Amino acid sequence: MNIHEYQAKAVLAQFGVQVPQGKVAFSVEEAVAAAKELGGKAVVKAQIHAGGRGKAGGVKLAKSIEEVEQHARELLGKTLVTHQTGPEGKVVKRLLIEQLTDIKKEYYIGLVLDRAQGRIVMMASQEGGVEIEEVAAAHPEKIFRETIDPAVGLNPFQARKLAFKLELPKEAINKAVKFMTALYEAFVAKDCSIAEINPLVLTGDNDVLALDAKLNFDDNALFRHKDIVDLRDTDEEDPKEIEASKYDLSYIALDGNIGCMVNGAGLAMATMDTIKYYGGEPANFLDVGGGASEEKVTAAFKIILSDDNVKGILVNIFGGIMKCDVIANGVVNAARQLGLTKPLVVRLEGTNVQQGKDILNQSGLNLVAADSLADAAQKIVGLV
Amino acid sequence: MSILVNKDTKVITQGITGATGLFHTKQALEYGTQMVGGVTPGKGGTTVEGLPVFNTVAEAVAATGANASVIYVPPAFAADSIMEAVDAELDLVICITEGIPVLDMVKVKRYLEGRHTRLIGPNCPGVITPGECKIGIMPGYIHKPGKVGVISRSGTLTYEAAYQLSSRGIGQSTVVGIGGDPVKGTEFIDVLKMFNEDPDTEALIMIGEIGGTAEEEAAEWVKENMTKPVVGFIAGVTAPPGRRMGHAGAIVSGGAGTAESKIKKMQECGIRVAPTPSEMGATLYAVIEERGLLDKCKTHEATI
Repeated sequence: MNIHEYQAKAVLAQFGVQVPQGKVAFSVEEAVAAAKELGGKAVVKAQIHAGGRGKAGGVKLAKSIEEVEQHARELLGKTLVTHQTGPEGKVVKRLLIEQLTDIKKEYYIGLVLDRAQGRIVMMASQEGGVEIEEVAAAHPEKIFRETIDPAVGLNPFQARKLAFKLELPKEAINKAVKFMTALYEAFVAKDCSIAEINPLVLTGDNDVLALDAKLNFDDNALFRHKDIVDLRDTDEEDPKEIEASKYDLSYIALDGNIGCMVNGAGLAMATMDTIKYYGGEPANFLDVGGGASEEKVTAAFKIILSDDNVKGILVNIFGGIMKCDVIANGVVNAARQLGLTKPLVVRLEGTNVQQGKDILNQSGLNLVAADSLADAAQKIVGLV
Repeated sequence: MSILVNKDTKVITQGITGATGLFHTKQALEYGTQMVGGVTPGKGGTTVEGLPVFNTVAEAVAATGANASVIYVPPAFAADSIMEAVDAELDLVICITEGIPVLDMVKVKRYLEGRHTRLIGPNCPGVITPGECKIGIMPGYIHKPGKVGVISRSGTLTYEAAYQLSSRGIGQSTVVGIGGDPVKGTEFIDVLKMFNEDPDTEALIMIGEIGGTAEEEAAEWVKENMTKPVVGFIAGVTAPPGRRMGHAGAIVSGGAGTAESKIKKMQECGIRVAPTPSEMGATLYAVIEERGLLDKCKTHEATI
């Protein structure tokens, strides 16, 4: 799950991570009021779930209340297109009004999972304010890493090593150590999957603070972080994906016209790949998961069909933990409830397969049975 | 022969009284797996399907002599269950549970260091040695005893591979699902080593997906060490970057972990990659035929 920059800064501040003073604004009036509290001068920052806002014109400096008002009026409701939003862009509905920071130098600090080690790694670089992926590709030697033992956490000496490698002034070393320690504490306490401070800035007074902050959370751990779930901004998500998440379905909207319902993430991806191989285009990724009920299958069907681009549906189930009869009942219910008229190809195999096939055969539904994944993909591609 | 599990493996189910644990314990009993008991805290002293239930793994091991456990405990408690099984010094722990928080698994992985227990999973279908021992959620009937090993990050694609092999008259030595999570107990290379040393495995199918670099590392290992032919498949050629495709581990980020990069690396390391998931079985068949291994690997009549 993603949250906005202003929310990330508030979460980090709870753990003692230094952030600039600022306030969220949903309207021009709120923006002006927030700027007055800051003494008139402020940075106006568009809040969308995507990076690259600065380059896209989503971050504006204001030297007076009038300028704050002008920038807020311009940004609110504007569609920002950055390299992370896709060509359709994202509409700005919230602004962060933040105090001006006296920036001496910009750095990068990030925490991320190193899959090969199965541990969290803190990364730091003097190349702040640019895409860390670009730094990693062009100058991997400019990124410093410390692997963290989960049993002891980030040791002060590790943070010191990074701070000295960043060549921070003496006065800022201990502040940076405190910053990094607090960042790691927040990461663990809130079950983050990514924490990025880009840039971390050194101010004229040799303070270190997070000028930007990006936090991603582990969806699997949200059950123990109600406070984080409350920060979810559904305006930033696809409505079909929101509906899917209510039923614990893993759904991702794509651009094609063949709706897919599959069990298992690997098989779901492989089904999309096979459709494409035979010349079709998948309309979605949908993994109904292991313990799906009939209700869940019915909901999945409705979500697939709510996409107007869908011209036909492919159901591909290889039952293990998922039972084929449960899937078959769900498919039959959904098709009846929705009065399905679009072509439907079903391939069933695995646990309780015969019961599943019997349910489909006796349903009187107009569906096409397939024997294998290739057969199923070819049939649905031929029908749409 | 086989790897990891065989007819002598004695298995307990952690979470045996839950709906999923119970259903799959019954399936395992029907398959002929040596199920010897179960664990559900607070239900010790009862029996389920004729199996004794214990409050703790330690008690279950002491009473039954179990050397393996399978975990169907809900995600919030699964990491604790894994560590309990490791503490009880089981040889093998297979965690089926999907949706365990990543930082819980980071702790588990640390806890495993220096201990002899092998963890498979989490978020995996389990391990089966056809005709001898089925631990996990895979449908038993699609597997046939034989000489080809299967190793996969994806559950349902593992079934797909086993089914395609069985349909072509090619049985399997052992089929291992290592799971789709980014932090897990066992990686491709661990299982590749076991298959390489197993005298009764003649060839392998290795099934990967987008995200991470485990397939690339495994391909390098195959090139340097493997004496048996390996056929591969990678799911997710059509996956858009930056989106998590169901599995927590399946996300393409910053150009790393794409299907293209994995397929290219595997091909460079001498692994023939099936162009579609429907052709995993056919690709393996072609390779063992070319290598003169078909007679050894042909175990029963083909059905297609």
